[in-house]
Amino acid sequence: MSLDPARLRPADLLRLGGYGLRARPLRAVLSALGIAIGIAAMIAVVGISSSSRADLDRELAALGTNMLTVAPGQTMFGDEATLPDESVSMIRRIGPVLAATATGAVADSAVYRTDKIPSGETNGIAVLAAEQALLETVGGSLASGTWLNAATGRFPVVVLGSAAARRLGSPPTVWMDGRWWTVAGVLKPVPLAPEIDQSVLVGWKAAGTYLGFDGHPTTVYTRSVDAQVEAVRAVLAATANPADPAEVTVSKPSDALAARRATNDTFTALLLGLGAVALLVGGIGVANTMVISVLERRAEIGLRRSLGATRGQIRTQFVAESLLLSLLGGAVGVFLGYVVTGLYAITQTWPTVVPAWALIGGVGATVGIGAVAGLYPAIRAARLAPTEALAT
Amino acid sequence: MTAVIELAGVSKSYPGGVTAVRSVDLAVEYGELVAIVGPSGSGKSTMLHLIGTLDRPTHGTVRIDGHDVATLSDRQLSALRARRIGFVFQQFHLAPGRDAVANVADGLLYAGVHKKEREWRAEAALVRVGLGDRLTHRPHELSGGERQRVAIARAVAGDPAVLLADEPTGNLDSVSGAGVVELLRELNAAGTTIMVITHDHEIADGLPRQVPMRDGRVV
Repeated sequence: MSLDPARLRPADLLRLGGYGLRARPLRAVLSALGIAIGIAAMIAVVGISSSSRADLDRELAALGTNMLTVAPGQTMFGDEATLPDESVSMIRRIGPVLAATATGAVADSAVYRTDKIPSGETNGIAVLAAEQALLETVGGSLASGTWLNAATGRFPVVVLGSAAARRLGSPPTVWMDGRWWTVAGVLKPVPLAPEIDQSVLVGWKAAGTYLGFDGHPTTVYTRSVDAQVEAVRAVLAATANPADPAEVTVSKPSDALAARRATNDTFTALLLGLGAVALLVGGIGVANTMVISVLERRAEIGLRRSLGATRGQIRTQFVAESLLLSLLGGAVGVFLGYVVTGLYAITQTWPTVVPAWALIGGVGATVGIGAVAGLYPAIRAARLAPTEALAT
Repeated sequence: MTAVIELAGVSKSYPGGVTAVRSVDLAVEYGELVAIVGPSGSGKSTMLHLIGTLDRPTHGTVRIDGHDVATLSDRQLSALRARRIGFVFQQFHLAPGRDAVANVADGLLYAGVHKKEREWRAEAALVRVGLGDRLTHRPHELSGGERQRVAIARAVAGDPAVLLADEPTGNLDSVSGAGVVELLRELNAAGTTIMVITHDHEIADGLPRQVPMRDGRVV
């Protein structure tokens, strides 16, 4: 007769693992809960940060990443530089540039809600001369009213940036340079050009006529063919001010938005670390449960050895039990983490995004924890001599 | 070869100098019903462990069903227990919360029997020990005598070459105990080799052969 021990079938092993847990359901649930909380925390952190990123990506896609802005920098001596008047038309001639338009700061003018406001209380609102193409180029839209057109751009008519409108209290008219100006419209926030939010916009011609605007552009907004943005960026400074390219500042506003991601990433790493600590504590809970389980079940171990279980089979049984316990916790944790992400994303009107690697990684981590936590108690169980186990 | 259990000059000493069994020679043939009888400390529990291959002798040879225990690895001994040896313990050792069929079926788990076959063989074994109407009862719903019958069913479900019963009536009242002994007789009559380890001379005297032990020796 052959004396090769029969192998335990996977289904039998699964059942064996389950018996141990079902014998003490409360303990199993509590120690699985530790794992569940750790995994849920990690999934939620990854999920919330991915959802926020997905929202940012969506925002960036809507705004476009092909906008470059040109502004005067400083001269060699630290004074404020200016852009030449013809810089906008020069920039428009760059091949891949689709649109270029300017705003010009009206230096000595300030806007007030009424003529009763003491001068100087400007609320930090700038006055900008704007060309008609500005709204389309920066991707802005109106919250109410209309944008400047060829006619209103010549008369004392303003359009308020979103923050400026809030500070002024959305009046029908504003007081500027000894004259009442009609408010034609109010803008929504412009993410790619936040400086516009703080401004009152008047027509280029009206600024010259009523406010003594010198006609120097202070910021040029450009849109280029997507594939050529970097090439355009390289020549913008020299094109805008061929005499002193070093006095020109070129920036890409979408980069600033994208930088928010990097900030998020650091924060996410920190929270992920906290989640990992929770998971570790959960794993220790499982190990503790398994150690106690082995101590309590010496008689069962002895019986199984007398029924013909090999040491390996005893070991596998306890590892299976530990794996099952952590998998249970992991599954609940992944579910909880997903739900938390979903709820948070809904409150932020973000899309709910939990990357597949996080789900797979979460389950993978629990399998790893289960194996590690169960191995030592299982080895102890297997080392127990049958006679010693039966004596208890 | 007709001896299922063959002990030749077997001694067992434990670290610390305690010798539980001293040069015992014993042969039990297939189909026998034997009682090892002796007071506590006489070495009969050690005899059970040696014959049950749960422990190895310090000296001498133990042959079970023709296999020399000394030549077998731990894995092979496990397989020998799984297929050729059935155990019945004083404390029954039934899994609480699992019904009689599940408890008995576990006895076949390590012999590589499929779940379906384990279950029907468990049912057959339970019918054999007179618990045909208690298949789905859990241990706490059974009397002590019935629990020991479940344990006996678990031991015989795999048709072992030898059934080792360690104080099978130790935890039972005399009526239940007598019932269990009667069951062992019936199983023996049907062909199972049985060795009962007991301190109770009354039970031993009712069996066909007694091996009295005292201070680690067969007397």
